[in-house]
Amino acid sequence: MLAHSPLGLATASIVILLATAAIAPILSGRQKFLISFSFITTAFASLVALFAGYAAVTGGGAESLTLPIGLPDLPFYLRFDPLSGFFVTIVALLGFIVSVYSIGYVKAFVGHRSVTRLVVFYCLFMAGMLLVLLSDDAYFFMISWELMAVSSYFLVCFEDDHAQNRRAAFLYLLIAHIGAVFILLSFGLMAGFAKGFENFSGYSFSAMRGSHIPEGWATVAFLMAFFGFAAKAGVVPLHAWLPEAHPAAPSNVSALMSGVMLKTAVYGIIRVGFDLLHSSDWRWGGVVLVFGLVSAVMGILYALMQNDLKRLLAYSSVEHIGIILVCVGLAMIFKSFGMGLLASLALMAGLYHCLNHAMFKGLLFMGAGAVLHATHERSMEGMGGLVHKLKWTAPLFLVGCLSISGLPPFNGFISEWLTFQSFLLSPALPSPLLNLLIPLGAALVALTGALAARCFIKVYGVTFLGHWRGEHDTVVHEALWPMRIGMLLAAISCLALGVLPTFVIGWLDIIPETLLAAKISTSASASGWLWLTPVAAERASYSAPIIFIGILVIFAAVYLVFHSRTTPVRRAPLWDCGLGKFTNRMQYNSTSFSMPTRRIYGFLFNIKETVKYGSNRYLTMLNNRVLYHLRIRDRLWNICYQPFSDASFWLARRVGKLQHGRIQIYLLYSFLTLIALLVFT
Amino acid sequence: MTKNIYPILIESLQVVTVLVASPVLVGWIRVLKCWSQGRSSAGVFQPFRDISKLFIKETVLAENASWIFRAAPYIVFGATVMAGAIIPVISVDLPLSATADIIALVALFAIARFFLALAGLDTGTAFGGMGSSREMMVASLAEPAMLMSIFTVSLVNSSTSLSQMALVLTSNPVVLRPSLAFALLAFVLIAIAETGRIPVDNPATHLELTMIHEAMILEYSGRHLALLEWANMMKLFLFATIGIACFFPWGIALRDNTGMLPAAFILLAVKLALIGVFIVVVETMLAKMRVFRVPEFLGSAFLFATLGMLSYFILE
Repeated sequence: MLAHSPLGLATASIVILLATAAIAPILSGRQKFLISFSFITTAFASLVALFAGYAAVTGGGAESLTLPIGLPDLPFYLRFDPLSGFFVTIVALLGFIVSVYSIGYVKAFVGHRSVTRLVVFYCLFMAGMLLVLLSDDAYFFMISWELMAVSSYFLVCFEDDHAQNRRAAFLYLLIAHIGAVFILLSFGLMAGFAKGFENFSGYSFSAMRGSHIPEGWATVAFLMAFFGFAAKAGVVPLHAWLPEAHPAAPSNVSALMSGVMLKTAVYGIIRVGFDLLHSSDWRWGGVVLVFGLVSAVMGILYALMQNDLKRLLAYSSVEHIGIILVCVGLAMIFKSFGMGLLASLALMAGLYHCLNHAMFKGLLFMGAGAVLHATHERSMEGMGGLVHKLKWTAPLFLVGCLSISGLPPFNGFISEWLTFQSFLLSPALPSPLLNLLIPLGAALVALTGALAARCFIKVYGVTFLGHWRGEHDTVVHEALWPMRIGMLLAAISCLALGVLPTFVIGWLDIIPETLLAAKISTSASASGWLWLTPVAAERASYSAPIIFIGILVIFAAVYLVFHSRTTPVRRAPLWDCGLGKFTNRMQYNSTSFSMPTRRIYGFLFNIKETVKYGSNRYLTMLNNRVLYHLRIRDRLWNICYQPFSDASFWLARRVGKLQHGRIQIYLLYSFLTLIALLVFT
Repeated sequence: MTKNIYPILIESLQVVTVLVASPVLVGWIRVLKCWSQGRSSAGVFQPFRDISKLFIKETVLAENASWIFRAAPYIVFGATVMAGAIIPVISVDLPLSATADIIALVALFAIARFFLALAGLDTGTAFGGMGSSREMMVASLAEPAMLMSIFTVSLVNSSTSLSQMALVLTSNPVVLRPSLAFALLAFVLIAIAETGRIPVDNPATHLELTMIHEAMILEYSGRHLALLEWANMMKLFLFATIGIACFFPWGIALRDNTGMLPAAFILLAVKLALIGVFIVVVETMLAKMRVFRVPEFLGSAFLFATLGMLSYFILE
């Protein structure tokens, strides 16, 4: 029964991952064999899960399974419906690509430290994410959530000899647990209303689906769940762990965390909002939309200020999660007004963006890992000129930058296009506040798209182009073959998702149909598979394959017409205004490229910039030394995090006064407690 | 067969028109500018002579220029020609109008700008990086404002396809809409910024520290420079025609109506001549702004465009 069904395949994949995690310590003596063996098995397990997820979405139905593990009378429920299937597909696809990449990447650690821990927790992390997506009751969900969080904690502090990695991992675990507490409270509330607060059987999602919660309590439950999942997704203001944890982790883990772990939080929001709570209040959608817009704008502005490559990519993930939440919020708003077609369009845009972001962010993190592996430099300020040396990484990273900037024919453009279409198709809604919010939302999403292009021109230009900006010449060698293959697979997926959107939408359409009872694929492919026409052909139509072929044809035609074989090309030195001595420090680097951004948007940050000129002792008129110091701080840290940190230390000090260290006082405490219990019961 | 041939003929005619008419437009603007400043001009066809001279000259590349630097002129030119094939310049009967709408059009210009900015950073000079940084600053504010302005027009005409927008606007009675008025104002400001005219950028400057667009192409020569200059002229022409298609589309040949084509050409020439006069008046009367006043300029364009969209939702 289990062998051929999607749920059976998914559980088989999880079993393979857990088995690999168990076997890995046995093989820890032979590190290179351990790496090849374990990552090949995780790649195989991911492929199995990919088939399972694909079949689950295509099949359209929901399969359930009850496992008798767990507490007595509280078994684990598993359910595999199209929504879970889609997110399992994302996890499995990126998991497969990153596992292939890791075969080459993790080999760099051999000799410096033991990779057994990395392998074990990697498998547990993948298994945890798959279990989160499959679980159908609150208890199992929380166990899987914890498994995912704790295993990623150990992955983040894999290189624990650096203090900042330990600090980053602690911050990550802290915020993840604060979020988990809120999720648990929300589930408790929903379970209580399902079957009463005395009965335990309300904890299964099927009971929560069927229950009827009063309006006010439903809002409380949704807001708590949103807050909890937002902490894991990295929504502003709960984003502080993201830029610390993602750079600290090894690059393959960062790719997984940024690409798929954040999506499990989005899955949670969609599951609670649409499936368990049947959102009917437009204010929920408004809250999600506002937080999404703030995350999108602040995320990309933070990213523009960064010089560390992986920190920049982490902040960019904050931005994209914001855009996904904007689409989900729009879908909730449209659903609450009964506009099924528009809601399904907005939800489709959000889901498509989840898949796109996993692909291009995974590609960018893998590329960043290859660059870091080659140059041993974290900061972009010390890189440059790599386009000549990294002949595979450079074009693939360019594909990632083009995709994330939303340029056709790659996939980022499709989800951006669908988002704009869902904004533009919104008619005047009954609430004046919403009529104000929708145009502002469209404006801010357009602004983030333009700022993202600016950011990734900076990334590519400063990292790969120009001359080497470092002080010492480093020997730079290209990435190993598994790393190149992993990045190539991700780049091909980016292109494929961008060129064939009608097929992806046709495959995915079962999800809005089950959640919102409206589908867009009939209108989307109404003019044939070549044209994407979400609502009607006159309204908006986009043909990705024709644009792709058109781009190729026109570029080929222009090249063939204008490229001359007779007029020679001569190489000459650069134009240096006749100064003669051209150094690599005269180029634009990351700080200078983002200077206009600091000037325009600097009021949102805490920026301190000091310049000191020094000169020769005798020729004091000629400055030949400049000391430039730039410090950028996150204002939200001082507003949101510092007060809580100070308050908790203050409270701990007050409570600490109870501990005097004298046994007489402790015996007095026990005596008083005993008296109190005897009197009051 | 004849029914299928006409759209393809019109499409090719349009691409040829874009390629040929854009240097004429730039030449006309230069002639008017010279006339307004009391100088004698080189004639309306001088840009053609400039481009053909550049094609013959030798191409010199910097020692560390990579394949991105060599490919960028072709990509920029190709993307601009493709944009020219989508905008209804002389007729709405374009077979490519269903493949890309206005958002894809803005994205095509964004592709051109992306590669040009990368080419500026590729050489490793200070000027190239400066040009790229400033161009992306202008673009990161102008692109959203342009999207908002176009969105407002698309809301009014309930379509994002430019041909459909032109068709709807011509078939409805002429009504003054506040949303379209705001969108037009925003569009004019954005077009000045995106095409690099005074008061945002001086296209005729020789001082590198005042350049935005020219600083990125400073290291180019020969046929690469010819392609980039031609693409820049086409960009000015295409922004003028986008404005005409969105706000003043009367005169563009309608669907299945090839008899209107000669009249469409004449009306297009008249409209572009008037746009040339307007540009020259603006350039002569205003001075170039400081670079860090440009965000205020574009911010007000963004504001106007958003106001237009708001007024659509609230008033219409």
